[in-house]
Amino acid sequence: MESRGLEIEDLHVSVETETGPKPILKGVDLVVRPGEVHAIMGPNGSGKSTLAYSLAGHPKYTITSGSVRLDGQELVGLSVDARARAGLFLAMQYPVEVQGVSVANFLRTAKTAIDGQAPPLRGWVKKVNASLAQMQLDDEFASRSVNEGFSGGEKKRNEIVQLDLLNPKYAVLDETDSGLDIDALRVVSEGVNRYTAPGDRGLLLITHYTRILRYIKPDFVHVFVDGHVVAEGDSTLAESLEETGYEKWVKAVE
Amino acid sequence: MTTAHVTPQDTAVSHLHPRGSFVIEDHRLPTGKEEVWRFTPIGQMEDFFDQMLERASMPITLEAGPDKAWSWLKPGAFPRGSVLVPVDRPAAIAASEDQARHVVIDGAHADPIRLSIHGDGLDPSAAHLVIEAKPASSATVVLTHTGLARFIGNVEIRVGQAASLTVVTIQDWDRGSVHLGQHEALVDEGATYRHIAVSLGGDLVRLQNNVSYAGSGGDAELLGVYFADAGQHLEHRLFIDHNHPKGVSHVDYRGALQGERAESVWVGDVLIRPAAVGIETYEANKNLVLTDGCRVHAVPNLEIETGEILGAGHSASTGRFDDEQLFYLKSRGITETEARHLVVRGFFSAILARIGLDDVAATLMSRIDKELAFDKEN
Repeated sequence: MESRGLEIEDLHVSVETETGPKPILKGVDLVVRPGEVHAIMGPNGSGKSTLAYSLAGHPKYTITSGSVRLDGQELVGLSVDARARAGLFLAMQYPVEVQGVSVANFLRTAKTAIDGQAPPLRGWVKKVNASLAQMQLDDEFASRSVNEGFSGGEKKRNEIVQLDLLNPKYAVLDETDSGLDIDALRVVSEGVNRYTAPGDRGLLLITHYTRILRYIKPDFVHVFVDGHVVAEGDSTLAESLEETGYEKWVKAVE
Repeated sequence: MTTAHVTPQDTAVSHLHPRGSFVIEDHRLPTGKEEVWRFTPIGQMEDFFDQMLERASMPITLEAGPDKAWSWLKPGAFPRGSVLVPVDRPAAIAASEDQARHVVIDGAHADPIRLSIHGDGLDPSAAHLVIEAKPASSATVVLTHTGLARFIGNVEIRVGQAASLTVVTIQDWDRGSVHLGQHEALVDEGATYRHIAVSLGGDLVRLQNNVSYAGSGGDAELLGVYFADAGQHLEHRLFIDHNHPKGVSHVDYRGALQGERAESVWVGDVLIRPAAVGIETYEANKNLVLTDGCRVHAVPNLEIETGEILGAGHSASTGRFDDEQLFYLKSRGITETEARHLVVRGFFSAILARIGLDDVAATLMSRIDKELAFDKEN
């Protein structure tokens, strides 16, 4: 039997620039087992978001070597949608507007794609409304166009509604805490904790600040600098980062 | 049937709307150099005007609606010629048809009056249709064009005082078809007129959709949707002549293009004459380009001769498939093809909501599904 987990092995990723390909990720090794919460912390420009988008398969990023396996299935080389159907979810830092496509239609289309069959109509609408209510969004929210005219907080809450309804095996949250006020941060964190509560899902939480870690307790903390992991520890590592910052690791790679 | 001497109102003249005339020879053969013909692929229709001299009359079928409202008009028989003065050679050719179909709308019609034109070959043909909405009447007229044809079709529309009329024209021709024509409406005091153009099929469609007013407080809304596929040329030219006070005009056209040499033309022109105080107008055109090799021409114009108006504005935009949008949808497990469907349907959804007619929405959506089905899975 294949080992279960999101297994990232010696991942190298480049982006195309005017002066040729530029390496951003320089050998990332990381394993998220079911039931584990991992936090990746690091300074701006360290490649945290590149890692998130590379896992999801964004065309801007080229995986030059290494592998990403999801419960044994190689994701590298799969299309973006095939990765999602394999069980990977990316909550984006900047969710994109889709004019004229309602949240309800989007959620149903995504659920149908992930499950391979349409959800039963009646139960589904109830489920969507309950999920929205938990994120303190009213029913009317479902009839709005996806992310169009949403506030920053609404966009992030909408990401967590998708996390809840699609219930992926592994979720990557890219700076979901950025731009949230304290109340929204609590609501979003509670949503994430409901997702991990059953204990069989894996979470990779990418963040710049320790603030969200007060609400979502990581089992492992990875410090990410210059395209790879430079330090690992438990949640106490996050606490010490609060005091020392990233400076000593940034200096070490310079 | 009453016969009246026809005295069309003064036609305003500019490079965008030349003086009209019923005399075919007054309109020189287009060469493609004229302002109004410069976007049209004249080369594709070289023999078109010569052949038109030997044309047949294209029959129009009443599919649904009261028979008693369905008759004929000879040239000069009122209201024929009281609204539509041909602005170009094709319109003058269709206007010279010996008999014109005449729809008279009296009272309120809950069900749409349905007319159809079906072509069965490339022999040239023409038709002139007159729609007359009596004062305080209300109705929707749906005119559907299908089959194969080289056709000129005029639609001359009178909207009486306080009447409410919606005219839907669906161009769902087979490929190889050519369709030219002028739709001209005169909107009387307090009347509401909606014109909805849906252009999907044919090799070349070029419609001149015009509105002027016969009294104050007329409200005109001109909506359009189009989907141009490889090698198709879909052209909509609009002219709204605000010649009376307190009128309203809103134009909103949306189109998608896909494939080599798919081409759309939208020219919106609004003239606000000195008499047109207190009017309000807005025109918009949005295009979504789905592949390389498409051409979009979007030209909004405003000619303002009085500043005493409530508002006047226009906008035109052309966008491409947004990679970030597709990535976002695909990251939720949605396939490339389905993601494109969602984006294109979303693009049209706002205008379909404004049109508010289920069969128009269904026709367009099934066409979109057909066009996008050719996309390869990614």
